[in-house]
Amino acid sequence: MSGKLAITGTGAVTPAGWGVAAMMEALASGETITPSLLERPCGDGILSTPVLRVPALGATTPKFGRLRRTSPISKFSAAAAMEALGEMRFAESTAGRLRVGVIFTLTNGCVNYSNRFFGEVLADPALASPILFPETVFNAPSSHLSALIGSTAPNDSLIGDASGFFTGIDLAAEWIERGDVNGCLVVAAEETDWLSAEALCLYSKAYLPAEGAGAIYLEAADGPAMLHHLPDPVSYQFHGRLTAARKMRETLAANDDGATLLVDSQSGVRRFDQPEVSAWRDWRGPRWSPKRVLGESMGAAGALQVIAAAEALKSGDYRQVVVSSVGANQQAAGILLGA
Amino acid sequence: MVVTGAGVVSPMGMDFTENAAGFRAGRTAFSPVTLFDVSRQRVGTAGQIDLPETGFPSRMDRGSQLAWLAAREALAAAGLSGGTMPMIVGTSAAAMPIGEDYYRAAQSPTQSRRAQLHRVETYQAQRQMVDMASLLEIDGRIRIVSNACASGANAIGQAFHLVRMGRAERVLAGGYDALCQLVFAGFDALQALSPSGIPRPFDAARDGLALGEGAGFMVVESAAAAKSRGARVIAEITGYGAATDVHHLTQPHPNGDAALITMQTACAMAGVSPEQIDYINSHGTGTPLNDVAEGNAIRRWAGDAVSSIKVSSTKSAIGHLLGGAGAVESVICLMAMEGQWLPASLMVREADPVCTFDLIREPREAPVRRTLTNSFGFGGANATLIFEKEGLP
Repeated sequence: MSGKLAITGTGAVTPAGWGVAAMMEALASGETITPSLLERPCGDGILSTPVLRVPALGATTPKFGRLRRTSPISKFSAAAAMEALGEMRFAESTAGRLRVGVIFTLTNGCVNYSNRFFGEVLADPALASPILFPETVFNAPSSHLSALIGSTAPNDSLIGDASGFFTGIDLAAEWIERGDVNGCLVVAAEETDWLSAEALCLYSKAYLPAEGAGAIYLEAADGPAMLHHLPDPVSYQFHGRLTAARKMRETLAANDDGATLLVDSQSGVRRFDQPEVSAWRDWRGPRWSPKRVLGESMGAAGALQVIAAAEALKSGDYRQVVVSSVGANQQAAGILLGA
Repeated sequence: MVVTGAGVVSPMGMDFTENAAGFRAGRTAFSPVTLFDVSRQRVGTAGQIDLPETGFPSRMDRGSQLAWLAAREALAAAGLSGGTMPMIVGTSAAAMPIGEDYYRAAQSPTQSRRAQLHRVETYQAQRQMVDMASLLEIDGRIRIVSNACASGANAIGQAFHLVRMGRAERVLAGGYDALCQLVFAGFDALQALSPSGIPRPFDAARDGLALGEGAGFMVVESAAAAKSRGARVIAEITGYGAATDVHHLTQPHPNGDAALITMQTACAMAGVSPEQIDYINSHGTGTPLNDVAEGNAIRRWAGDAVSSIKVSSTKSAIGHLLGGAGAVESVICLMAMEGQWLPASLMVREADPVCTFDLIREPREAPVRRTLTNSFGFGGANATLIFEKEGLP
């Protein structure tokens, strides 16, 4: 990352509602959103998992043919991306005057359709629906995004843990620096289904599985949320999560001056938070932990942290924001944003 | 940017040498699928690899086993035993067979929580790739690209750019995918599989693709870094283009608009014109729509030179390797340049009229200095790579 880059647009769909404002309001309240129960029959009983779902009310899914039969993850992504892009840039993109790249990061992807399709396959593969299968592919949501904004610019989907969003920002910065695109949407999203919700709770029943999407628009410009430092993530193959979290903090070199906000990735599950808690133990400045309010949205979580950071800078309350993301099983990552 | 090592595992063979011998001889490598039940599918064959049952770490899924074998060969060929370098990997289905096991077990109320947690953890591609990097003794960041059938080509293209921009001296890059029931049934549901099990890319009466499995990896390195350690240079990577086809989720634009962009972009980057390309390893799936789109794109890209452009699809021999396809086909391009021969589009009875180019129907000896490979994926991810033998440092 050699040139100046700014986050000039943000978009979010979370259990707090559709839009960044709803998310920021929830974060300001600091109250965990009330979960609902995801239930399914299993054997003679019912399996119940508390989850945080995106409310149906107030949906801002864009009207676009390809989104009609998509899984919720694509609808969340489209709404967040459109909010981040804004009407003017959307018009420029669809008119071919603005070349917008799309990078989509995720952990689970289209689990609803994967669940339905594989269920049909096990019942009788000869009758499995050809409509469902294409939507099970990891890059289906990002494909819909490029189509929605009418952009033939590069489009990449990256799989990883929640810290993968920072890898997405890194790739976007590369595209912008090379001139491959005028700007780039970096989007992360997940949707809830018993498949992924129960899977997360196998790690700890204290997890609160959540869904949603976050999107930023990144371009070479001035703005209230400039990218000051985006270090290479510290991968876990030769470093435990604790060492990686500490290395990341050291590399980010954030100034604990009271005017710098820390947005961390703690979810409230002590065993899994411990490495990050330890790495940032002596941080005395202000600190936000969005997952404690919005739940564990896995692949989407890193995006929601970055959006919260960008919004905090826009508010003018902080001079810098440092974001720490200690991923579940890939890497520790982070970013330093400033005015 | 040079390639100093390459490795490949495909239905054709377990390493570079076996694969080169198979493609040069014009062999095909399809067999009955035994990994899962196909009795209710329209098609029962694929490019399935006869993989040893032992010799792999217990946590490793089938796809990662293939990736590990190919990556290990690439590193050894490059004269490297690990080191600090980024790893960029493409996959479409990742560890889906483990996900399938999790799904089946989740329907049973008696399944142990511990076994399910193990499945959840090892299903995740990043977990598998972190473990693979550890086994390969590679310390560096890991990027996992999932652009459907273009994943492997995009991974190599991204590695090319990382080195080109000076962000890494060398990168281990490639792609992989193993056969799995969900994806096999998906392509069958779409009626994209050839009912005969014999794909005939660019045949006028082609009726679909065959699936396969495999992995291809290469070490992409700066020429200076390769020279400084005295590494053998296999080829240069001189061009890469990526674009998005927004026509439809699963169908390419019939004129091949995005494919045209990627070929033009890659050629402009490489500073070459179409007539300087000695061979195109096409995406060539054998589906009616894909081959028309790609044929039209090649015609528009090559213009008057089209009749001299040599094209084949090696998917006719090993099937469509999905996330592994672009990487394996890139390695096949390296084989062709090393051995100075062209692999063929096999089983073509009558070429489709869209083939205004020189369709290679049997392997042939030829001077091969520059090769181009196309990869197009579900969702519209298109990628083109150009490899070059001449002008090596």
